[in-house]
Amino acid sequence: MKKIAALFLLFTISAYGVFAQDKDTKSSGIPTVNVKGLDGAIVSSDIITNEGKPIILSFWATWCKPCVTELNALSEIYPDWKAETGVKIVIVSIDDARSAATVGPFVNGKGWDYEVYLDPNGDFKRAMNVNMVPHTFLLDGKREVVNQHTSYAPGDEDKLFELVKKVAAGQPLK
Amino acid sequence: MEFLSYLNYFHRLTIQRPVNLFKKLVLSGVALLGFSYSQAQINLPFEVHGNFQVDVQYYLEDSSIGAPPVPEEVLTNGFGNLTFSRGNFNAGLRYESYLNPLLGFDTRYKGNGITYRYADYTVGDLNITLGNFYEQFGSGLIFRSYEERGLGLDNAMDGIRLKYNPVAGVYLKGFIATQRYYFDEAGLVRGADGEIALSEAFEGLKSSKTLITLGTAVVSKFQSDDDPIYKLPENVLAFAPRIRINRGNFGLYSEYAYKYNDPSAINATAENPGGIYKPGQGMYINTTYSRKGLGVSLSGKFIDNMSYRSDRAAVSNDLHLSYLPALTKQQTYRLATLYPYASQPNGEVGYQADIFYNFKPGSKLGGKYGTYIALNYSRANGLDTTRTNDELGYESKFFKMGPDKYFEEVNVEFQKKVNKDLKFLVTYIYTLYDEGVIKALGDKYGKIYANIGILEMQYKISKTHSMRAEVQHLYTEQDKGNWAMLLLEYTISPHWFVAAFDEYNYGNEIKENRLHYPNISMGYTKGANRITMGYGKQREGLLCVGGVCRQVPASNGFSLSVTSSF
Repeated sequence: MKKIAALFLLFTISAYGVFAQDKDTKSSGIPTVNVKGLDGAIVSSDIITNEGKPIILSFWATWCKPCVTELNALSEIYPDWKAETGVKIVIVSIDDARSAATVGPFVNGKGWDYEVYLDPNGDFKRAMNVNMVPHTFLLDGKREVVNQHTSYAPGDEDKLFELVKKVAAGQPLK
Repeated sequence: MEFLSYLNYFHRLTIQRPVNLFKKLVLSGVALLGFSYSQAQINLPFEVHGNFQVDVQYYLEDSSIGAPPVPEEVLTNGFGNLTFSRGNFNAGLRYESYLNPLLGFDTRYKGNGITYRYADYTVGDLNITLGNFYEQFGSGLIFRSYEERGLGLDNAMDGIRLKYNPVAGVYLKGFIATQRYYFDEAGLVRGADGEIALSEAFEGLKSSKTLITLGTAVVSKFQSDDDPIYKLPENVLAFAPRIRINRGNFGLYSEYAYKYNDPSAINATAENPGGIYKPGQGMYINTTYSRKGLGVSLSGKFIDNMSYRSDRAAVSNDLHLSYLPALTKQQTYRLATLYPYASQPNGEVGYQADIFYNFKPGSKLGGKYGTYIALNYSRANGLDTTRTNDELGYESKFFKMGPDKYFEEVNVEFQKKVNKDLKFLVTYIYTLYDEGVIKALGDKYGKIYANIGILEMQYKISKTHSMRAEVQHLYTEQDKGNWAMLLLEYTISPHWFVAAFDEYNYGNEIKENRLHYPNISMGYTKGANRITMGYGKQREGLLCVGGVCRQVPASNGFSLSVTSSF
């Protein structure tokens, strides 16, 4: 009996040890899910990278007014943020087949300069546990989520930028 | 490898020192465990994430607005998702609770339970899903499985799905599954989809400026024929080829769908109470042009007997396989949601045009901050049909508009930033809405013509405080007459908001029905946690979120909503 218990304990611990070690070497980052580019091409979320610099990943929709207000506000200050911290803003539209086709023209019409992806059936949204839009994630250089925020109020971008600067400088957020 | 060496170590130990084994193992085990924990803290061997939402409503009876009495007084909808992931392995589940379902949600949701669970693994180019999944083929003309929790829509599949990506640019998918039906399952559905991006798949096309993607979906559903009178098709096949062409600033997408005969509760007529045997057809075509500062999108849609569900007796929003959204603008201003179009699966032809334009800052019309303008036009008509006295029901012509106009809308939107703190948005909407057709109320309900004007102002008081106001007015001589609405919202970044609005049906012909629908709400947000509370009256009407509409009942009372994500 003791032997069996010992064997079980060892097995569990060994397995755990392997997992823990493997975990340390692997940069898990955000989940791997297929999304679409504005040209309709299927791409993996793995291509959302920024050479070790921070990424703002924002879920939005063309019909979501607060989302559009947020992205308008970010658009004005994006060039300054990029110059100062190297941050990249990636926006993921959850517009479904009803309005997905208008996302490209909409983004261009707004004059936004973001990297844009489509998530028409909510696969990426589900993988990131987004309940509602807008939902904005801040990823560090290893693509790990270090902060997230749902909804938008004017002024939120100032706080976000404080966090971006810390992440870009490699400082911990807490 | 590590694991094998542990086993080896264990094996050597047993041979050399069997007596002290247990002691040693426990000691080393405890040490290892301690080490792991000190290193990892809450770092489990897999990642756990999730989200949560609960909506609670306390109902007050109000016969003046037609709010029905709620014997339970309090109704609650809630759900929580958990996902576990490690490398290429994912698993997850969702628990849902409706005690009892909120007004407006189907009462068949009543109860609790795990409604969604899956395991998913990727080995090289192959991805395998066991259990529940959501999926969409093309634009969804013949198949879309999705969730819209806020509207109580969820037609998740339960079965096996494979996704295979043998070479770059080639994507194959296949599944066999049943479909969610509230807390139960129904149907038997098989589907396959293939897509090839030519410029990725063929070496010679890699440098081509024209990108072409081809795809085809095939779906088949099975339901046994238990009908004593009619001979019903037990297997109903549908297929939908599609093409996408992109070149520079231009894009073109087109999808055609064909469905074999599928008599159902939806296409039943007085002459064919079991449903007509006419095959279904559908087509969606969209073309876009866009460059920085300008975007144009033109779309057309033809739907002829395309309701496709995993059960032929299903009605309302149950057991959809095809996804046929309205080809109209998704309205978000409250009064503009009074008359929303709902697609007619039995037959319609629709068109939509969108133009988005930004007058550059510094230009004559742009001013210092630029001026944004958006135009939208949409229209939907019935088909041009000839009734036939057989089991096919009628004859129709491909993509040909009939004389009956179901819906037409013009949207004009301006946005102007006056200075760095003040912004105006002006919207004008003209709507033609055939109530008899769209709400399926019959001929005695006619067309409603409405003109809506909206002025919105956003003002930033300080770095964190801001205000928003909306004035809306709807003018119509039909239905309930004129409406006015005023909304005020105050936000303090990053945590607080408070809002109040009143919808007032001041133009109602019947004096007693000139009602106010006042509402106040406030909320607190911290990170991905959000709590909102509200009190007020809600008018009856269609609520449209994310491309589908649901009838919400009139209600009066307190509401509380909590959402969280981690």
